[in-house]
Amino acid sequence: MSGADVRAEITRAHREEWARVVASVTKRFGDLDVAEEAAAEAFAAAVERWPSDGVPANPGAWLTTTANRRAIDRLRRESKRDDKQKEAGLVFGDNPPEPLGAIDDERLRLIFTCCHPALAMQTRVALTLRMVGGLTVPEIARAFLVQEATMGQRISRAKAKIKAARIPYRVPSAADLPARVSGVLAVLFLVYNEGYLATGPDPDPVRHDLTAEAIRLARLIRTLLPDDGEVAGLLALMLLTEARRTARVSPGGELVSLDEQDRGTWDAALIAEGHRLVRERLASGVAPGRYQLLAAINAVHTSARDVRDTDWSQVIALYDQLAAVDPSPVVVLNRAVAVGELDGPAVALAAVDRLGASLAGYHAFHATRAELLRRLGRTEEARAAYDEAIALAGNTAESAALTRRRDRLESG
Amino acid sequence: MKYMVSVIDDRTGSATADEMTAIHAFNERLQADGNWVFASGLAGPETSTVIDNRGGEPLITDGPFLETKEYFAGFWIMAAPDLDVALRLAAEGSKACNRRVEVRPLL
Repeated sequence: MSGADVRAEITRAHREEWARVVASVTKRFGDLDVAEEAAAEAFAAAVERWPSDGVPANPGAWLTTTANRRAIDRLRRESKRDDKQKEAGLVFGDNPPEPLGAIDDERLRLIFTCCHPALAMQTRVALTLRMVGGLTVPEIARAFLVQEATMGQRISRAKAKIKAARIPYRVPSAADLPARVSGVLAVLFLVYNEGYLATGPDPDPVRHDLTAEAIRLARLIRTLLPDDGEVAGLLALMLLTEARRTARVSPGGELVSLDEQDRGTWDAALIAEGHRLVRERLASGVAPGRYQLLAAINAVHTSARDVRDTDWSQVIALYDQLAAVDPSPVVVLNRAVAVGELDGPAVALAAVDRLGASLAGYHAFHATRAELLRRLGRTEEARAAYDEAIALAGNTAESAALTRRRDRLESG
Repeated sequence: MKYMVSVIDDRTGSATADEMTAIHAFNERLQADGNWVFASGLAGPETSTVIDNRGGEPLITDGPFLETKEYFAGFWIMAAPDLDVALRLAAEGSKACNRRVEVRPLL
């Protein structure tokens, strides 16, 4: 095997085995911190040894065994230093989680622990990316534009709280499961969105590492919870959004809106996979949740070869269903955009204007108003609305697109 | 594992008769299920005294250590195997006393 092949194999093992190694060491020693360090050391050992010793027949087993040995070494060192800490670890280890049949996978426990509701949302995101995703602290810090030391502290504090407050390492009970799964999905959706529309003045409007990681984790959760409709829905939503990634940013770094995108550049394979998932959920006959409805809306958009072929009445019907489960003003705003296509800008503007009280600080509200005002020929009002949207947009590519639209208005 | 579940309020002794009934019923459940360690209401911070005997001579100050608008009006000490169980019990406690509660593990 060539050096490049070994490196590729290590990368593959890292992608596929990291979470399993961390989960397995955590289960055995009841300590996330020990598990994280031992897993990192095992992968470092692979980088050192595999090029000369060759890639082991079962890389995952090799990594788990190596990580377990490293964990034992560390605990031995610490037990000499601090008997109390060893005791805490052992007490934790004495309470093995109860087996839960089909969904009893060690990685699932890890995910539920990292996404525990007693941790702040930001912390859940960071911990999930580190422990389940295997991203390094500097990578996570870069992705969220915070100092490395700050991110390191956030993760350390989370691990300390999990240990001290005894956040359990297990799959939640059946009664708690739906709420806890939706907590996990919220974390993944946040990771995806941060990657898809990064906040802050960043030259790269889409952080592919984050969107790819969110999709990878969603795929993992789907294999662990194959019957959960919302898991399938979120994965479909991400795939159908990801399919338009390259079309969404112009060569000049501007955001391209859905109606102006070159649909020929959309990723047909991702769209086909997303559509398959949406059809599967439709066939299940179970009432869809928020992510499934968002995925279905995206499926309608990605089914149209030309924006003029979009089935807007279907989009509006789906937004009506979505508003029933998620009556947020943002949903009403997006529904109004579809109404604008079907019933014209005047009807849509009336609906949008009713949202002013709740969405005045949201750039998309002003951008939508601006677009509708432009179509109605109310140029000066459109210009003012674009100005407000530009002032509120948090992303360089987005403000560039809004500025172009504003400057394209005919002087009124 | 033991957890302190503190009741957050801006007054003390403010529980209504209905709330007191619900708290008693909840306490009985805690005792029956083996989660009970201790519970009590607390007198208001205006009754509190801070004492500092680190310097050899006890220094006595009238009033609470922290002047805040909200404070702990009572607490439970509960036994629970992990935070999930403690949070479930604390949620029932919050409902019974009709106040927010804070959950903190004992060392």
